[in-house]
Amino acid sequence: MVEYAKDRRYLPTHEWVKLEGDEAIAGISDYAQHELSDVVYVELPEVGDTFAQSETFATVESVKAASDVYMPMSGEILAVNEELEDSPQLVNEDPFGRGWFIRFRPSKPEEYESLMDAEAYQKHCQEEAEKGGH
Amino acid sequence: MSYIPNTDADRAAMLKAIGVGSIADLFQDVPEALRYPQLNLPSPVSEPEILRELREISEYNVDLEHAPCFLGAGAYRHFVPTVVGHLIGRSEFYTAYTPYQPEISQGTLQTIFEYQSMICALTGMDVANASHYDGATSLAEAVVMAVNVARGKRRKIVVSADVHPEYRGVIRTYTQGMKLTVVGEDRGTGAASALAGIVDADTACVVVQNPSFLGYLEEPTGLRALANAAHAAGALFVVSADPISLGLFAPPADYGADIVCGEGQALGGGLNFGGPYLGYFACKQQYVHKMAGRLVGQTVDRHGERGFVLTLSAREQHIRREKATSNICSNEALMALAAAVYLTAMGKTGLRKVAELCYHKAHYAASRLSALPGYGLLSERPFFKEFPLRCPKPVEEINDYLLNEWGIIGGYNLGQDYPALAKTMLVCVTEMNTKEEIDTLVEALGSMEEKA
Repeated sequence: MVEYAKDRRYLPTHEWVKLEGDEAIAGISDYAQHELSDVVYVELPEVGDTFAQSETFATVESVKAASDVYMPMSGEILAVNEELEDSPQLVNEDPFGRGWFIRFRPSKPEEYESLMDAEAYQKHCQEEAEKGGH
Repeated sequence: MSYIPNTDADRAAMLKAIGVGSIADLFQDVPEALRYPQLNLPSPVSEPEILRELREISEYNVDLEHAPCFLGAGAYRHFVPTVVGHLIGRSEFYTAYTPYQPEISQGTLQTIFEYQSMICALTGMDVANASHYDGATSLAEAVVMAVNVARGKRRKIVVSADVHPEYRGVIRTYTQGMKLTVVGEDRGTGAASALAGIVDADTACVVVQNPSFLGYLEEPTGLRALANAAHAAGALFVVSADPISLGLFAPPADYGADIVCGEGQALGGGLNFGGPYLGYFACKQQYVHKMAGRLVGQTVDRHGERGFVLTLSAREQHIRREKATSNICSNEALMALAAAVYLTAMGKTGLRKVAELCYHKAHYAASRLSALPGYGLLSERPFFKEFPLRCPKPVEEINDYLLNEWGIIGGYNLGQDYPALAKTMLVCVTEMNTKEEIDTLVEALGSMEEKA
């Protein structure tokens, strides 16, 4: 059963972002980790790097493929999940929790409003699955 | 039976799609006179006749079984135990490719795993990949990897002038268009430690060769200082090393290398008209995810039995597609196998013995040659199996004389790469050169002076 956490928003490319005060955390969705299968490596950015919305900020390598991960909102990286270095499987086990990728400071908070909520994202995923995945 | 997979209708559709009337139209840009030129080939002859003709031509070749050879400069004549040819010639191995479902070939994977393990033991590194084409491409891959380790943020590559000139050329070819700056080559030779001064926060890596292209052994303390300077600036320290030298001298890990690579031809590969060669490549564990090529690992299957798998090929194109950071999608499997068989046959003691023989014979040659009137060593720096010899005449002239009058293949003409080293010959002596050969070389050079 694929989960769609309601306390955050999503990009069509399957990243999630959750606001916490004037900071935000981001990762990839449960749907995305199912599609990727076993994650074997996550290449994370460095603290202090800045990215615009939709820029590649990380790469996930699974046994099937390597995929870029896109920035849900513009901002500066405050912290990365160092646990993923030794335990990339956390992305599969707990994508919305311990499998988080980055904590960042959004530079354009208004971008949040342009993102999909859980309901819209779920519909997007179902459509994508019907088309035969990505 | 025709094996052309497309039909006339397919071809017509393809021609229409690109707006051409016929296949002949595709060749319109070739001048008419060149389209079907007369080749003026001689009339056919029988198989015995053609074999006789080819054999006669082949007899013009000088071969190493008959001509004493003092030429090295990156390609070396070392003894190849007979077992190497026997094992790599087995039909189970005699293919350069790992199958596309690699785990089906447990034997192939096991040989690669053993090769990797021995390269690690030799270099002191944590992981070695399944190999590259040759020493030059493995060094270029090391440079690209260092840039990737720095996430593309560092754009400067510091390269010692003592790195093989062709390797430096390949680094430039590989990195063209990547907007990198290659510096350090103007520092002159013998200045590996002087490179520390140009290492800065924009430097992705510092590249040295040890023994250097001129055959010199760098002082471990100088190399350690350079490694420290690289690390202090956040750059990687890359060492290209002759694997035979590692049988006798400290592994590059001991003086701070992050990546060690080099030409593996000396390990069981012959001098076969330039190839196939073997690029070995090893690095520290922390950089394994940025390593090009593939890595074979040992594991256990569901019955708990030992097995081998393609553990990592993260940089390769079939995983990363257009995001691949290396063009390498394969490995030099047969030559890696030759190296594995060679190292196994030699063992730790045998490899050390080979290196010692090279060292002592080269030093005997150096003392004899430098005593000849007009000849002398370029410097008193310690060397391994090659040394630059100052000569009284142009090296080309000496080499012509040696080959034509004595049937000896002389050393490498350093003037072609280093203008300051005109009339300087890089003499190579391995365990294959007998004392008689060295004495004959001395006699030959002495007689040339008398004739002059």
